[in-house]
Amino acid sequence: MSATTTALPPSPPGFISRSAVLLGVAAMLLGLAMVAGPRYGALLAIGMGFGLALEGFRFGFTGPWRRMILQRDASGLLAQLICIAIVALFAFPMLANNGAEIKGAHAPIGLAMIGGAFVFGASMQIVMGCGSGTLVNAGSGNAVAALALPFFAIGSFGGAYHLTWWTSLGSLPVIALSGTSGLAITLAGLAAIGVLAILLGARNSWRIPARYWMAVAALAGLAILHLAVAGQPWGVVYGLGLWVAKGVVAMGADLSGSPFWVAPGNAERISASVLTDVTSLTDFGLIGGAALVAWWRAGLGSPIGKYPLRAWASVIIAGLLLGYSSRLAFGCNIGAFFSGIGTGSLHGWVWFVAAFAGSWFGIRLRPLLGLEARR
Amino acid sequence: MTRGHVVFITLLGVTVFLGLDFANSAPLNPYTAPPLFSLGSGLAATGAHCAAPPPAQ
Repeated sequence: MSATTTALPPSPPGFISRSAVLLGVAAMLLGLAMVAGPRYGALLAIGMGFGLALEGFRFGFTGPWRRMILQRDASGLLAQLICIAIVALFAFPMLANNGAEIKGAHAPIGLAMIGGAFVFGASMQIVMGCGSGTLVNAGSGNAVAALALPFFAIGSFGGAYHLTWWTSLGSLPVIALSGTSGLAITLAGLAAIGVLAILLGARNSWRIPARYWMAVAALAGLAILHLAVAGQPWGVVYGLGLWVAKGVVAMGADLSGSPFWVAPGNAERISASVLTDVTSLTDFGLIGGAALVAWWRAGLGSPIGKYPLRAWASVIIAGLLLGYSSRLAFGCNIGAFFSGIGTGSLHGWVWFVAAFAGSWFGIRLRPLLGLEARR
Repeated sequence: MTRGHVVFITLLGVTVFLGLDFANSAPLNPYTAPPLFSLGSGLAATGAHCAAPPPAQ
């Protein structure tokens, strides 16, 4: 008779624990709405919804791009394109009919923007997390993302600090598609990329799994709701840089050397509570929503991955680059790719091409940096 | 170290940051807060976004 024992999988939290935590979350959201204002409570709830959807359905942006490049699996990329198309179907009329109340993620195309998107694409494959992905992964207990996150924030602050210098290197005016014709061009462009992905993808990889469909429905619905509540599309990286700006100002630093941080709107946000900043609230929600899912699944007992020292050093550098480059690129996968294209900005399309090329490069760097076995 | 420890450290960091920000920032005032929905409010959207072009030098 064998005397060996098998470790039992961790048991999921019980009904009472789950009920107590859900009540606590509801009380926190209600409390924020009462103390700060209903919009801010709603934005934290929407952010938690994004975190629940991304972690709960195991959906994201970095992984599907990696699978498209390495395995020619087009399903995740197709799901992303469908999600953006649904958002565009609602966002374009909202922008056309409510110009002052609703604004798009519209940014100029420029040299630094293209370079920033390329570097971001490479860095996100090294860390295996984009803007939202790093927050979700950190919230669900991924040590690589948790280490990258503070450096992502520092980089975002630095990129914003230098942003006007970078844009002075060469930049076009903001070009944004609008109205019915703009929507038609956007949908046609998304369809064209989708067809290309199907043609380049492996046989049957166009079949989108059920959990991706559920993620698409949840993310698109939340993104449209976010646009209606905040008056702007979903974004991630502004909030991260703001946290560091607040920290350095609290420690007595002078930001007068940065045209970006002394601009009236940004200076006002540094002095205001972070609980009134749109992207900060959804960022906190992403972390909290992902943590809730990870706890719910009893998935917090597993040990963190073991990596060589050079891998951890690479994560720190990649985190800094993620933040810095995303500011030059006028957004990450969310602010530029998802929300930029979804609201008609041409920079979103250019961002996609440059970041996808960067991803191809970043995937090949991972084994060299000790983050995965050499292929 | 487990994933649970990483989550704990992450949430602790967020909590400490929120506490420090609460102590150093302008006080919250729900009576001057914007309405729940920007859509239909008649007010211009003023939130910050990473795609917003930088101020002119």
